Amino acid sequence: MKKRVLEVENLTKKFGKFTAVDSVSFEMYEGEILGLMGPNGAGKTTTLHMLLDLTTATSGTVKLFELGYKDARVEILSRVNFSSSYISLPSTLTVIENLTVMARVYGIGGAKRRKEIIDELMRLFEITELAKHSTRGLSSGQLTRVCLVKALLNRPEILFLDEPTASLDPDIADKTRRLLKSIRDERKISILYSSHNMAEMEEICDRLIFINRGKIVATGTAEELLKEYNEKSLEEVFLKITRSSGSDNKKAETGRA
Amino acid sequence: MNIQRILGFSTRYLYLYKRSLPRLMEIFYWPVIDLLLWGFVGIYLKKHQGTGPDIIAFFLGALILWDILFRSQQGISISFLEDIWSRNLLNIFTSPISQTEYIVTLLLMSVIKLILASTVMVLLAWLFYTFNIFTFGLALIPLAANLIIMGWSIGIITTAIILRYGQQAEVLAWGIAFLFQPVSAVFYPVDVLPGFLKTVAWFVPASHVFEGMRTVLDGNPLPLDQVFIAALLNCAYIMVAILFFNWNFKAVKRKGLLVKNGE
Ligand SMILES: Nc1ncnc2c1ncn2[C@@H]1O[C@H](COP(=O)(O)OP(=O)(O)OP(=O)(O)O)[C@@H](O)[C@H]1O
Ligand SMILES: [Mg+2]
Repeated sequence: MKKRVLEVENLTKKFGKFTAVDSVSFEMYEGEILGLMGPNGAGKTTTLHMLLDLTTATSGTVKLFELGYKDARVEILSRVNFSSSYISLPSTLTVIENLTVMARVYGIGGAKRRKEIIDELMRLFEITELAKHSTRGLSSGQLTRVCLVKALLNRPEILFLDEPTASLDPDIADKTRRLLKSIRDERKISILYSSHNMAEMEEICDRLIFINRGKIVATGTAEELLKEYNEKSLEEVFLKITRSSGSDNKKAETGRA
Repeated sequence: MNIQRILGFSTRYLYLYKRSLPRLMEIFYWPVIDLLLWGFVGIYLKKHQGTGPDIIAFFLGALILWDILFRSQQGISISFLEDIWSRNLLNIFTSPISQTEYIVTLLLMSVIKLILASTVMVLLAWLFYTFNIFTFGLALIPLAANLIIMGWSIGIITTAIILRYGQQAEVLAWGIAFLFQPVSAVFYPVDVLPGFLKTVAWFVPASHVFEGMRTVLDGNPLPLDQVFIAALLNCAYIMVAILFFNWNFKAVKRKGLLVKNGE
């Protein structure tokens, strides 16, 4: 039986009267790439932020490696990492400086070891030549890759990625997905991956969780979902689910996180 | 608290100042301008006043000490803003660094910045106006320490407000210290304040520091009671500031606003 690395039970987030995440429960296993999909405003980002203790849940429990944030915050955060298309890094620093700072914050000791780790990841993500560039001058695709390198510095056991490929061109996005997959194969890392690009979800994820209006409405492998909804592509499943249960697009446009 | 993480995170600021000449200049620009301005005002007044207390020393002493308070506050608030501007907060708070370690890093940075700025001011005051701050002797240590801690309290509270109310509160980072300047009795004794403000001034640690400074400049020993009152007030305020920050940090996480900063 596979090792469980994440256990979420009845996770709920209310902002005032509005329920953004509604009693969500799921598990993630070692080496699994789990997709969190759903329309704008479904509650994907809010869920990820609660799993990272950036946002406090209204109720429910989150256990990572059987540990809770209350007692083991430092340990948990040392063993996971996060990237999103919404974050950035200090723009006046060069890429290598930013990565060095983060490596030190994650307690990676020894200048030589830090350099080895950073160099290897930069090579993997094909950004070696950007090392001495100021972060300000990067294109959004380059920045995304730098942030992904940051997210792998501490050899995380769980990687939380919020729409990581949103600003990448199809070629780089494809390469990035392959890379993440190969890193997963090699390091047995688990990845929780949010996106509304259905084709990409189908390609990279072992299992999918579909949320709409804060609730889990469907879950399973891509094949299982296609079968269940009797459709040929996830895109059609997506449309079927959101249109039958109604999505929250209007609100999402103003409250994008 | 983990020193490695604090030092690791501090390198971010060292890189920042190494890279950014304008930011580096900002540390020195205002202190130098202020010093020149008030030094010359002092020289001018002295010419007309003839004898009496050394007016240049009053101005420059006040200015250098005020700058310590101001820098100590700014060091915290501005460093925090840097992280908001660069959308770095999520990287920070998803890393093992705790909110306490983060704040301690900011405090550390504020001290480094103010040491740099003060050194330059002290040197210039001595070069241009032969004002030697070390004539204060050991009195300088409790006076400066009190000002640093008062600056920290204001800085931490400012940071908490910016965290909670976002960029619209940014202006506080620059202006808030000056709110305390009139009742800090920086350039004049508390005596000149009207009755009500006198009471307010008593509750401002800096007013006791500047009264103490003037006493010393008049050739008397440092009034320990003033230093003591300032220290007591500071203890109370820094605790209030930390509680206020933690309380806001919790509220911000509850409202999901930590992640909204910098958008
Ligand atoms: N801090 C907040 N305060 C109030 N409402 C919020 C807050 N953050 C998110 N929301 C609301 O919660 C809902 C879920 O938002 P969330 O960002 O989690 O959606 P999402 O699935 O990530 O959407 P997208 O695909 O657009 O990124 C939205 O309706 C949003 O307006
Ligand atoms: Mg989102």
